[in-house]
Amino acid sequence: MTTVPVASALLTARGLTKSFVGHTVLEDVDLELRAGQVLGLVGENGAGKSTLMKILAGVHSADSGTVELDGRPVSFSHPVQAQQAGISTVFQEFNLLPERSVAENIYLGREPRRRGLVDVARMHRDTEELLTGLGVTGLRPGQRVRSLSVAEQQIVEIAKAVSYDARIISMDEPTAALAEHEVELLYSIIATLTARGVAILYVSHRLKEIFQLCDTITVLKDGRQVTTQPAESLDDNELVRLMVGRSISSFFPDPVEGTVVGEPALELRGAGNGYVDGVDLTLRAGEVVGIAGLQGSGRTELFEAIFGVRPFTRGTMTIKGKEVRPRSPRAAIRAGLAMITEDRKATGLALNQTILDNTLGVVRAVFPRRTSRARRDVPGLLSSLAVSARATDQEVQFLSGGNQQKVVLARWLTTHPRVVLMDEPTRGIDVGAKHAIYELMRALAADGVAVLMVSSELPEVIGMSDRILVMRDGRLAGELPAGSTEEAVLQVATGVTEVVR
Amino acid sequence: MRTRLESLTSTGIVVIVLALSLVIGAILTAVEGRNFLSTGNISAILTGCSILGFIAIGQTLVILVGSLDLSVPFVVSLTSVVAAGQMNGDPAQVAPAVLLALAIAAAIGLVNGLVVSFLKVHGFIATLGMGLIISGYLATNYQGSHGSAPRSFRLIGATQVGPVPVSALIMLGCALLAIVILRRTRLGHHLYAVGGNPEVARLSGIRTSVPVVAAHVLCSLLAAMAGLLLLARLSVGSPTIGSQGDYDLMSIAAVVLGGTLLAGGKGNIVGTLAGVAIFAVLDNVMGVMQVNPFLKDVIRGLVIVAAVAVYARREIDQRPARFDRPTGLSAVLQEKP
Repeated sequence: MTTVPVASALLTARGLTKSFVGHTVLEDVDLELRAGQVLGLVGENGAGKSTLMKILAGVHSADSGTVELDGRPVSFSHPVQAQQAGISTVFQEFNLLPERSVAENIYLGREPRRRGLVDVARMHRDTEELLTGLGVTGLRPGQRVRSLSVAEQQIVEIAKAVSYDARIISMDEPTAALAEHEVELLYSIIATLTARGVAILYVSHRLKEIFQLCDTITVLKDGRQVTTQPAESLDDNELVRLMVGRSISSFFPDPVEGTVVGEPALELRGAGNGYVDGVDLTLRAGEVVGIAGLQGSGRTELFEAIFGVRPFTRGTMTIKGKEVRPRSPRAAIRAGLAMITEDRKATGLALNQTILDNTLGVVRAVFPRRTSRARRDVPGLLSSLAVSARATDQEVQFLSGGNQQKVVLARWLTTHPRVVLMDEPTRGIDVGAKHAIYELMRALAADGVAVLMVSSELPEVIGMSDRILVMRDGRLAGELPAGSTEEAVLQVATGVTEVVR
Repeated sequence: MRTRLESLTSTGIVVIVLALSLVIGAILTAVEGRNFLSTGNISAILTGCSILGFIAIGQTLVILVGSLDLSVPFVVSLTSVVAAGQMNGDPAQVAPAVLLALAIAAAIGLVNGLVVSFLKVHGFIATLGMGLIISGYLATNYQGSHGSAPRSFRLIGATQVGPVPVSALIMLGCALLAIVILRRTRLGHHLYAVGGNPEVARLSGIRTSVPVVAAHVLCSLLAAMAGLLLLARLSVGSPTIGSQGDYDLMSIAAVVLGGTLLAGGKGNIVGTLAGVAIFAVLDNVMGVMQVNPFLKDVIRGLVIVAAVAVYARREIDQRPARFDRPTGLSAVLQEKP
């Protein structure tokens, strides 16, 4: 990257601190953005990167600390104010209207007018110009956003940010959903922007990108700033060490004695669909296997394919030695699968129904003849999971996150699955409930159930897994043995090292 | 690969269906020994379109912004009796009566819009409540027909330009205005944005209440136009004329048949007009063929459900695939070394 010799600071933040309901997510963080330079912001999930970006974007306001733009202190209470001041943000989740055109999305809220009417021709011309200026061809201003690929939508988001005459653009994992070859285009757009003197704040998990793009790197950990250094003074291993910087405690229970790893329970050979590709995987009874990977690497999509939500279109899938290809979750459940979804409130539970109804939900739907037996088992099951609730007729929406998650587990255990897929099983729950869920995973394994777990928390994957599979860009990128270091996992997940399987 | 059929828009489909129903209608009418394209029949169809047309245009705006309006039939009745009472056969009172009716309707729409956008009551409930209130008022204060329209006002309902009734022309004028609003004003663009995703609209600096309130006001005004037109036709105000016409559900059906998403954010006026026209043609042909009333409703019902089923298949939300399906841009990118 070219370095502008003495670029003055466009934006200086000092001592930013933010807490949510007593939980400090950002503490005393400084930041300096210079014209024409790219500042990389790295850290593990939950390190405070997104919060920092949202403060700059005016979505959150800091509890303390100052932000100066061109030497003048500023504070924003609404994203639009930040945009008008020249700070644009490309958030991770798309903020686009799928049914509207590219131009309509970019100029939403400030459509150019002539004689009182929206000047569509000018809007299209401006969009065309904007896109050409960014070196993008092949996108028509009139195209509906729904018809675009993720990469193209990402470009529209960036173009929208640029169109506010932004001098500072922050990007939250802009490549998370992009394939390798699409990333190149993003690089060239960023190069165009920095050449114009725009300052970029770049958040990414992919270390390769950080080193290719950034002039300076800031590392966050647990809401604190670990270091800010020129990119040249760091290397991969050093950066990963700074990001992780802690050891895995004995928080994770050991396998139950007498757990036997038995016959293959789930086998995939060359399996793929539109979202994952070439997946070879063997999961044995009694095993706990963790899947690590960055956001957007296709972990949830792999589970959805196995569970018949978006069925595999290629390759074979075998459960307990029998070839199956579930085309619906119902078929998958009949074949002995269970899936704990990532978002328990949206897809895991019927929030306004009772604990009992939620626990029996799957059995009633798929194995109605087993309902009465399952109903007798419910009290025992709930107490073995240590669900704390007044009674089984309490609505689950009034339970804590940890107890809700235990109800989700109970809901699936009543079907007596042979293979359990767990997508982020401990997301957003307290330490005690986490521990209970880890113990349950061990107990399931001891019972001869095969457990496949996706988690974004590396310590959890490392602490619980008998083997670690790492996904990248929709494929299994490598397999690591139990007890691998976080560095090793991150290196495979970010593509720093290739593992030959 | 996208086939040509898949790239067809919903509006395209509904216009094709309209053309088909015109052709089939013409054939069936000819079998009965009548001329479908006779001046009389065309003007009958257009007359059939105009009342529902006004209401469906308004309903389109409200649905696009993510709300619904169930109070329209009662607004129709209310404006017809209020205007008829004000006119009471006096030609000099036509203008004040029309203005009074429109003002009352605008106030009703304003209340609907404010309740929806500020009290966060869904349009379905807010306008259901409003409808009940108005219907209660009508039931206690008006028994049977009320007032009368002077001859000059009745002419609006009776005059034709060639085969086209003036009422249909006024309706088409309103449609044109609504199209311009939707396509060429910020209000229209923001209406789509709020209906599509209010949070995205808010983050783009749009005051989300403005389009919601505006859509409800316009919808009630258009319902008032329908009420006035009915008054011109019938020459007396009727407190039940709106609910007899089932204008709430029929207008929603026409809007949805026209390809507008019931959840909002997608759709247009042309589709709605085609939807209204399809219903008018169906009614006309079934009238000529003397189909029994039960079968009429069965056919109407089937048409609506079939149309929505077709749209639903096309709207299944697909996350763009990473493998299998290279898009235009990524294909270009892959060619690069």
